[in-house]
Amino acid sequence: MSSKRIYAIFLRQFFLLKRSPSRIMQIFYWSLLELTLWGIITKYLYAIGGEKFGFITVILGTVIFWNFFTRVMNGITISFLEDIWSRNLINLFASPLRVGEYIAGLLAVSIMQTFLAIGAMVLAAWFFFSYSIFQFGFLLIPFIFILFISGWALGIFTTAVILRFGPSVEILVWSIPTIIMPFSAIFYPLEALPTFLRPISYAIPISYVFEGMREVVHKGTFNALSLAIGFALSFFFFFAAIAVLFVMYRMALRKGLFTRFMTD
Amino acid sequence: MTQSGIEKILEVDNLSKTYGFLRAVDGVSFSIQKGEILGLLGPNGAGKTTIINMIAGLLEKDGGSIKVFGKDFSKNKSEILSRMNFAAAYAQLPGNLKVKENLLIYAMLYDSPNPREAVKNIIADFGLYEFTDKKTGFLSSGEQSRLVLAKALINNPELLLLDEPTASLDPSTSEQVRSRIMNYAKENGASVLWTSHDMCEIEKVCGRVLFLSRGKILLEGHPKELPVRYGKKNLEELFIMIAREPLSINHVT
Repeated sequence: MSSKRIYAIFLRQFFLLKRSPSRIMQIFYWSLLELTLWGIITKYLYAIGGEKFGFITVILGTVIFWNFFTRVMNGITISFLEDIWSRNLINLFASPLRVGEYIAGLLAVSIMQTFLAIGAMVLAAWFFFSYSIFQFGFLLIPFIFILFISGWALGIFTTAVILRFGPSVEILVWSIPTIIMPFSAIFYPLEALPTFLRPISYAIPISYVFEGMREVVHKGTFNALSLAIGFALSFFFFFAAIAVLFVMYRMALRKGLFTRFMTD
Repeated sequence: MTQSGIEKILEVDNLSKTYGFLRAVDGVSFSIQKGEILGLLGPNGAGKTTIINMIAGLLEKDGGSIKVFGKDFSKNKSEILSRMNFAAAYAQLPGNLKVKENLLIYAMLYDSPNPREAVKNIIADFGLYEFTDKKTGFLSSGEQSRLVLAKALINNPELLLLDEPTASLDPSTSEQVRSRIMNYAKENGASVLWTSHDMCEIEKVCGRVLFLSRGKILLEGHPKELPVRYGKKNLEELFIMIAREPLSINHVT
């Protein structure tokens, strides 16, 4: 792995971002819009008698964590799409760049974009709704870790699928998070799901973050075993996604997909 | 270095590639010596781009072998690619980055020891000063071709793969591009594999050409001697004959 080539991939996205108001706006816009919307809804629910439930803590925490997850994923997939849209993949993969270096560069991009977006969200939540995400203390670290690894896993998997089927399936970038959303116990506890759907939730690592967050808020405790399962699952999916990506990359090389993307 | 003392930069042996039922490249073998400019000719669909893509690492071969700098390409891909480069009419650089940004990124990707210095030098060599802060997408096609070529030379490659580098350029810009490549190859002893549909261009730049048809090499020789051998006035006439009646070559030979 060459750190210089990884940095080059990061730099390519950074150059793109730094002078593109629309791209910068995309990073902040949806996150802040969702926060504002849910912030107002939770304030209203609180006002009509939801004090005991702790709407603000649960819902705003949920919104920030969910955005964290999708931002991590989009940091990878949208950067990859930028290279497809600008027809840059041929030049990139005719260079000494290895696919692992390319992905490592995209992971670095996703870290930068996520901290920018979530930083703005955390500040806005504190300023407008007196909500601090730091109330979770040191538990924030495992929560964030699971969200990062899971977001990367989904981002890499989506990238692999686009690599195989071409830019015509880029709709997956936007639809995959919404497919897993109902099973991730985001806005409601896992018990609220019909029994036959619960096994799906147990297999989704981020559901352990949202369940854990609610447990901390409502009971003041956390289940270490549950977080450990979340960790293990996120790593499992991360390595599985990397394996899928390498398989799809080899397939793209065999079928000549890099050059065919030009016509898709 | 071979026993005869001629250094072979690229050795392609019995290369093949199949897409479904189509045999795009069928047992192709050739080599390029140090400092040689080899033309790869043939009608559309003959297999030129497929061959270039396999040597550039964009496409996996089904059979045969590719050796570059004496090393097996599939086992030393990244190392070999850092010593060669690639330019194609269909592979432009991202239009939303500035000229200097694109060059810096590729200098880093090609492991330039000092990427910023490499960019400075290549901008000077190609007279790109006035465009350095311009977005690539705002350049004319001639300027973009110069930039693509500048990117292709940023790592001082020992082997250059050029897939129709002058396609869609006006004659004056084409001439500039050709001169730059020829001078580069001459001054640095670099080898070039060049595809083009412009037969006059091939006659000017290539010391040897291979004619491809339906994935196979039909003819090989000097671009000025080949037409004479087959009773044609020039390379273009020979090209037309091969494109329309490839089987007639068997009768001629």
